[in-house]
Amino acid sequence: MAVAGQDDDVSRSCGAGLLSRIDYLHPMTLLACPSCDMLHDVPDLPQGRRAYCLRCNHMLVSGRHTSLDRTLATGFAIAILIVFALFFPFLSIEELGFSNTTTLLGVAAAFLDGWLIPLTLAVTASIVAIPLIRVALLIYALFPIWRGRPPAPHAARAFRWSEALRPWSMAEIFVLGAAVALVKVADLATIGFGPAFWAFCAAVFIIAFERQITDAASIWSMLDNEP
Amino acid sequence: MNVLTAREAGLVSCHRCELVHDQGVARCRRCHAHLSSRKPYSLQRVWAWLIAGIVAYIPANLYPMLVTRQLGTTHEDTIVGGVIVLADTGAYGIAGIVFFASVVVPLSKFGVIALLAWSVTRPNSLSQHSRLHLHEVIEFVGRWSMIDVFVVALLTALVQLGAAASVHPGPAAVCFALSVVFTMLSAQAFDPRLIWDRPDTSPKET
Ligand SMILES: [Zn+2]
Ligand SMILES: [Zn+2]
Repeated sequence: MAVAGQDDDVSRSCGAGLLSRIDYLHPMTLLACPSCDMLHDVPDLPQGRRAYCLRCNHMLVSGRHTSLDRTLATGFAIAILIVFALFFPFLSIEELGFSNTTTLLGVAAAFLDGWLIPLTLAVTASIVAIPLIRVALLIYALFPIWRGRPPAPHAARAFRWSEALRPWSMAEIFVLGAAVALVKVADLATIGFGPAFWAFCAAVFIIAFERQITDAASIWSMLDNEP
Repeated sequence: MNVLTAREAGLVSCHRCELVHDQGVARCRRCHAHLSSRKPYSLQRVWAWLIAGIVAYIPANLYPMLVTRQLGTTHEDTIVGGVIVLADTGAYGIAGIVFFASVVVPLSKFGVIALLAWSVTRPNSLSQHSRLHLHEVIEFVGRWSMIDVFVVALLTALVQLGAAASVHPGPAAVCFALSVVFTMLSAQAFDPRLIWDRPDTSPKET
């Protein structure tokens, strides 16, 4: 077994200090690389130090430490902004005396013509429901720990789902889609931005930030005390 | 390098939370996910979702994505047609984004997934590192193909101006969304550990 290659951004000590022992006594420090299955004995690293797989260079330890304060704050902010965006005007359009205003729910319900309904479900899920469910699961898993209580029942399961849903949360792709749509109608009509548009953009930025500051491994170790 | 994998050591690491267990344990003791050393039926599922994705992509390009009614005239745009319209109006950047997300990404994704799934069962000239890198890239960019579906949803909801102009979704929107979802499932079904389970037969890098 090998000691994981560590790195403090500059120097990389790959291959140094190979150990050939199997340490069953400390299973918590034993990590299998998620992308190549190579076993590593990862020592306790000071914050900010990363560890990489010796074979495939996949990052094993991000060196970040999740701050519950910040992760929970971003979680609540995302939930509030998305719920706000649901009920206020998203975009409005005006041309030749006709005008129309749409909300986020209107966008999600754009495909209500019979056989297009599956698309409505997919759009609603990917831009509203899944981002909200993710945040709700995250808060459910972390809030009791933040209060200094034991983890809620099934907290680890909730966090697992929150992570598994990540690729299906597509709020940021929707915002880029909105930019494309605006270019398409820009010379057709006059466009107005509603408060929901800005709230949703803010939510997308905070989701990206949440991803940056949340380190799954450190949350897993907090959840380890689950009964 | 002396490589010992979890499987060789009689261990299995949880695919979700990375906790290491002894082989034979059914569920992760931390997050309760099903444990398996390799994703079960990985290659079969990769191929099945991939074929579904390719099949859905064909009508997605043949049928109209967007139907525009403007002052009595009806105009239907396919995916590529929409890109051409954008480029004609001078919005080259946006046209480029849509072309990249709707044509380049899906097609290269089909190719890369097929290449990955094909190459784990055969000796090949592509190094393990470049295959792993391809897999990471494809997992990251695949979702962005959804952009055109969101454009259609937004335009449909927004441009409802009675006789002046209205926009309706075409059948291609459903096919395209399905194609993106199927290829995402295909990429997720691929287990990168399979790349490393065979000894590397490619010429060694120096
Ligand atoms: Zn590795
Ligand atoms: Zn687990």
